[in-house]
Amino acid sequence: MEHNPPRPAMPVANALRELLWPALRVGSGPGPAPGTSSAVDALRRGHHLRPLEMLPWLVAAAAYFLFPDYLALGAQILLAVLFALSFDLILGYAGIVSLGHAAFFGVGAYAAGLLAANGWSEPLSGLVIAGIAAGLVGLLSGAVILRTRGLTLLMLTLMIAALLQETANKAGAITGGADGLQGMHVAPLLGLFRFDVFGRTAYVYCLAVLFLGWLAARRIVQSPFGRGLIGIRENEDRMRAIGSPVFRRRLVIYGISAALAGIAGGLMAQTTQFVALDALGFERSGVVLIMLILGGVGRLYGAFIGAPLYMILQDGFAQQDPVYWYFWIGLLLVLVVVFARGGVLGLGQRLARRLGWPS
Amino acid sequence: MDAVSIFISIAFHGIAFAMVLYLVSVGLSVTMGLMGFVNLAHGVFAAAGGYLMLTLMNGYGVPFPLALAIACLAVAAGSVVLERLLYRRLYGGNELDQVLLSIGLIFMSVATAKFFWGPLPQPMHPPAYLDGQLDLGFRSFPTYRSFLIVSGAVVVSLLWLGLERTRFGMTLRAAVDNHRMAQSIGIDTKRLFTLTFALGSGLAALGGALGAEILAIDPGYALEQLIYFLIVVAVGGLGSIRGPFFAALLVGTADTAFKYLEPELGAFFIYGMTLALLLWRPQGLFGRA
Amino acid sequence: MTDVGAAALETRGLCKNYGALAVANDINFRLERGARHALIGPNGAGKTTFLDLVTGRFPPTAGRILLGGADVTALAQAQRVKRGLARTFQINTLFRGLSVLENVCMATSERLGRAGDLFRPAGSRRDVIDRAYAALERLGLADDAARLVRELPYGRQRLVEIAVALSLEPDVLLLDEPAAGVPSTESGIIIEVIESLPPEIAVLIIEHDMDLVFRLARRLTVLVQGRILVEGTPPEIAANAAVREVYLGERAST
Ligand SMILES: Nc1ncnc2c1ncn2[C@@H]1O[C@H](COP(=O)(O)OP(=O)(O)OP(=O)(O)O)[C@@H](O)[C@H]1O
Ligand SMILES: [Mg+2]
Repeated sequence: MEHNPPRPAMPVANALRELLWPALRVGSGPGPAPGTSSAVDALRRGHHLRPLEMLPWLVAAAAYFLFPDYLALGAQILLAVLFALSFDLILGYAGIVSLGHAAFFGVGAYAAGLLAANGWSEPLSGLVIAGIAAGLVGLLSGAVILRTRGLTLLMLTLMIAALLQETANKAGAITGGADGLQGMHVAPLLGLFRFDVFGRTAYVYCLAVLFLGWLAARRIVQSPFGRGLIGIRENEDRMRAIGSPVFRRRLVIYGISAALAGIAGGLMAQTTQFVALDALGFERSGVVLIMLILGGVGRLYGAFIGAPLYMILQDGFAQQDPVYWYFWIGLLLVLVVVFARGGVLGLGQRLARRLGWPS
Repeated sequence: MDAVSIFISIAFHGIAFAMVLYLVSVGLSVTMGLMGFVNLAHGVFAAAGGYLMLTLMNGYGVPFPLALAIACLAVAAGSVVLERLLYRRLYGGNELDQVLLSIGLIFMSVATAKFFWGPLPQPMHPPAYLDGQLDLGFRSFPTYRSFLIVSGAVVVSLLWLGLERTRFGMTLRAAVDNHRMAQSIGIDTKRLFTLTFALGSGLAALGGALGAEILAIDPGYALEQLIYFLIVVAVGGLGSIRGPFFAALLVGTADTAFKYLEPELGAFFIYGMTLALLLWRPQGLFGRA
Repeated sequence: MTDVGAAALETRGLCKNYGALAVANDINFRLERGARHALIGPNGAGKTTFLDLVTGRFPPTAGRILLGGADVTALAQAQRVKRGLARTFQINTLFRGLSVLENVCMATSERLGRAGDLFRPAGSRRDVIDRAYAALERLGLADDAARLVRELPYGRQRLVEIAVALSLEPDVLLLDEPAAGVPSTESGIIIEVIESLPPEIAVLIIEHDMDLVFRLARRLTVLVQGRILVEGTPPEIAANAAVREVYLGERAST
């Protein structure tokens, strides 16, 4: 079978221009051509930037100045958003239910961590390598497990993560095993910005990487490839019948998603200078699922709502009692399944519809 | 120790482990195959059985057999409530919703267990008549585990016999074999599902309680042992009632053997084996394609 | 790569067993270029299964499948589509949560080889969107372009099935009971669409409605219990005693 590895992201400046160009044109563009319909028009404008899409970035920028004491937590929230965003690509778009997405987060974290602990202290290249390592693990494991469906696939994702965690556990000489990986040294970012105890550098670093990750994810989701993923999720049989190489499509997005998750893991390793076995654990896989469910699946922005919501609530609750936290989050999950499918974004949409706003 | 006694020892402990695995997993297999529900929270029923029995025994001095029976019945009854309130809505539905619901239940159960019983494992003290060693002449075996194997075998035989002979069993088998046909010939699937669910949870509680000495009852039980139960079901074949038994024997003995012979590799082998097996036969060893 | 004298579609000794049940049993079948051919047979005869085998949805137990003379038995479903084979499903198989236009765009984009593109926004592909819209206009679906498929009445959805298949610009079109489940008031438009298909497309249609079959098909194949009972022109089939007994007899009793 011919192979179609993911293409590297185009240069940032180019991507930015392409992304922002339609937004700058809003209002001045030509109306619908005669003889076509609003449906055509809607499709053509689907990728234009809406003002609301800038909101997360404004909030993130404002938070830097408003909450200087919480920047370390802020950095962890931002990388959690990236992790959840990577998960949305496979769960929300390709419809792959995975219980082992932490596998890729963990591979990225250990890759970046091992580099930093063994003399490779430059963070940017370390992050790229973390992404590549996780992406490769994603492609390799995906090539094997994506041939299956349903419960078998669910099991296999769980199994891959468990296998990797057990590997990290048993390879204690390299990874530190159950004690975690310590002794990392991360050099200043770009040779200029030291990772400070307040998390200022970490925050900005995570924000910049998240922004690039979001650009890439947004591109992919709105490309014909991304539309095809939605097709696979909606009706795989139909996708095959129109000649779509479903397996290859799923594999490509699985690899991309894994790479993004690995970058998120790398960010965690570099900003906390510590990696433990729980980076690969079931709990992390479960939590990223919960974050996305809370925010809304398959909407690209669910991650931006769910991850901060989860982490801020957790931070508040955990100070009182972490035991209660799990109880309430479990209850919330049950209630979401029963009453509020679509998460916060879904609720918002329904509310908007009820109020008669256009969505 | 010589090779023969190592072999006997592995077989003995492996089979005891397999009994626990099967009792817990068989209900999970049926829920997945028959109701089409990915109930990751199935281990909660096993943990609940263990907690109930141990609390009755350790805290209130209730004799072991009585405590065991009460625990199983209480869990079965409680599961009916959950089935009616929550599970039923999602039968045959979206996998993701099922996963979420069960993760929610797991998290709640972990927190609840920690709240009432603390983070430590619950001690299991078998009654005096099941304690100590059982001398079989050529060798002696731990009495409680021998009891576990025998009682497990008895329950499994009763279960299988019941499925062959009773009306409920026949309906259940018919429904497992052909879901749609069962519905079209007028089997009351709602009642059947509830009863089956209760039976599966009751058996899980039995497995959890009897096996408290092998798989220690602690707050993380439902989460940590989940992977074993899933392995047994996946290897045995979804929806199969007998498949998981042979899968449990395989997993139980293989896991015991490898943890004994190659402790550095830990659970590595069993995950790898399952991975390879599922790739070779996605429908499991005994499932139908 | 295809030889001119070859049939548009051909099967040789095609078999499919489910356990002991032979759902396709040594089927030797030819669909000529530009044919209007109907496959008929009682419920459960294996007609849909035949399409599934031909399109590669399931692998056959034995036998070969040739498309324009080339053996495609080993090819994946997607590759057969690229070689000009398209089908509709007996039960609507569409992207129910997407608009009608998007449903067709998905097919057009595959057809034009744009579907693997990761970076250019789908909305900037004017060629894809315009072609898809034109296809909707031809089938009288343009007014519904923006509506979600699941909001359409069933008969309109059947039309979308056909629109999606046609957007693949096939040489061989397989239609599985295109008018099934559609009230007779609405089936007229489906029949018109099929009648006005470009003559160079080879069409195989599965249909239970005999009036429709005699109206659309110039050749008939009767499938009973996975075997071809007989093949011929409509008058030959109508006069065939075995067909009357097995097929029409069974119809009358149900
Ligand atoms: N996956 C399967 N496993 C076992 N038997 C199957 C399977 N799929 C189809 N069959 C059987 O194969 C036979 C042929 O089915 P098929 O759907 O091809 O018939 P058909 O001619 O299209 O019928 P209809 O006119 O009702 O559409 C039926 O008896 C059906 O029960
Ligand atoms: Mg059919």
